Amino acid sequence: MASFDVPVTSSGFGQTSRRDAWWLQPVATFLGLSAFIVYSTWAAFQGDHYTYQGYLSPFYSPEIFGPSAHSWFGPKPAWWPAWLLFSPALLILWAPGGFRFTCYYYRGAYYKAFWADPPSCAVGEPRNAYRGEHSFPLILQNVHRYFLYLALAFILILASDAWKAMWFTNAETGAAEWGVGVGTIVLTLNVVFLGSYTFGCHSLRHLVGGGRDILSSSPLALKLWKRVTWFNCRHMRFAWISLFWVGFSDLYVRLCSMGIWSDWRIL
Amino acid sequence: MPDATFRIWRGDASGGALQEYPTFYENGMVVLDVIHKIQAEQAQDLACRWNCKAGKCGSCSAEINGKPKLMCMTRMSDLDVSQPVTVQPMQTFPLLRDLVTNVEWNYRVKQEIKKLEPRKPDAPDGTWRMQQADVERAQEFRKCIECYLCQDVCHVLREHHKHNEFAGPRFLIHIAQLEMNPLDVADRVPDLKDRHGLGYCNITKCCTKVCPEEITITDNAIIPLKERVVDRFYDPLKKLFGG
Ligand code: SF4
Ligand code: SF4
Ligand code: FES
Ligand code: FES
Repeated sequence: MASFDVPVTSSGFGQTSRRDAWWLQPVATFLGLSAFIVYSTWAAFQGDHYTYQGYLSPFYSPEIFGPSAHSWFGPKPAWWPAWLLFSPALLILWAPGGFRFTCYYYRGAYYKAFWADPPSCAVGEPRNAYRGEHSFPLILQNVHRYFLYLALAFILILASDAWKAMWFTNAETGAAEWGVGVGTIVLTLNVVFLGSYTFGCHSLRHLVGGGRDILSSSPLALKLWKRVTWFNCRHMRFAWISLFWVGFSDLYVRLCSMGIWSDWRIL
Repeated sequence: MPDATFRIWRGDASGGALQEYPTFYENGMVVLDVIHKIQAEQAQDLACRWNCKAGKCGSCSAEINGKPKLMCMTRMSDLDVSQPVTVQPMQTFPLLRDLVTNVEWNYRVKQEIKKLEPRKPDAPDGTWRMQQADVERAQEFRKCIECYLCQDVCHVLREHHKHNEFAGPRFLIHIAQLEMNPLDVADRVPDLKDRHGLGYCNITKCCTKVCPEEITITDNAIIPLKERVVDRFYDPLKKLFGG
């Protein structure tokens, strides 16, 4: 790189000539993400109240092992060590968690809000040393595309949960019947929002066509790339909407299951 | 005529201070107009660089109330004049005098980037054919006016002084423009990782926020380049299957 040894000035932590509320956005990010982390961790450790009728909380889906009727492979396996806490959520949450943690949008946002690197644009930083994503540990963020593959599978699973949330047991005949409850809408919106977030992923944009220099020779790649680009332009918005909604979906199922809220049957 | 107080940085590399200039301005004026007015009426030796007064030459970059901006595109009517308006030179480059910095480092960085290397001509008359769909992406980056405001705000340069290891957002879009060019056959991916220090960018998007040409630097250039580097160096499956 072009050699450059003229001294330039650094600013101290928080030092800036900006007069606007530059701290507002990082503080809002900090509070929003912290609230989600606290709630989702709490909810994941509960191991209870995550189903109601045909509804399954997205924090617990897929339920690989577990006591509910949604479980893929039956109850908690006998070989599970007694000392190790069991919750069906803990078996799977690392995948969507890792997807968000390594998401390009969230990375930029939490480097600012949680690590002050920088606290905000043109505002001084607390540390001089800097490695960025150039070397260990943050170079590991490059695994993002692998989490994308998992996240795409989760969209299919959550879509099937939304479908299952449309089936109710008739109280008199005991037969399954199609219907729509408020919970059905909550879980359907959940997969729509999560899909809108996932389909705007930068790694997906690269995968479907962005990695090529000549797109016009493959009309399908061009079309997909344009679609993903549409979502990608709104990636931050869908990141927040889907984050809020997935938490709310868990809360909804939880409160219904605890008998605090009652689910309205619309159709 | 409304009045305003300007606090302008005066000095050179050996030192200096913000000085206050009470002044008047007319509706419709931009910050550069007021700087010229102060220059004409109160401080004939005030150094500032400008050329087009139309947001196209990229000369009048400065920090207005702490925000990197073009002086000629910042309207007085958009500023709160109940407090003094601060005008400072760009922090990331060596100061020459007052509002003028030495941006020569940028030209040296550009020289280190592999030039366009077109494939063999498509037609016997030595010409090429391109589709609009393929050039659109690169065209966004051609809007750059080289004002270096993005370089100024980028914390990798501004706070961490990685000038010797990191090319900065302006040149990452330049590389993206070449890499995505449908005619180009040169390979800049290894250089991106090592020589141009792409990994130093932590995608905090300050460059995108300040760009007067509204180029989506981080999302449309830097992240796609990061993905190309992942393809080549950090994706074990791609390595295994030679993708
Ligand atoms: S997104 Fe990257 S290049 Fe742009 S200002 Fe931030 S660190 Fe610098
Ligand atoms: S990318 Fe934008 S901010 Fe950076 S030099 Fe070009 S015009 Fe200026
Ligand atoms: S970039 Fe945000 S999900 Fe991939
Ligand atoms: S004077 Fe040319 S961009 Fe401001």
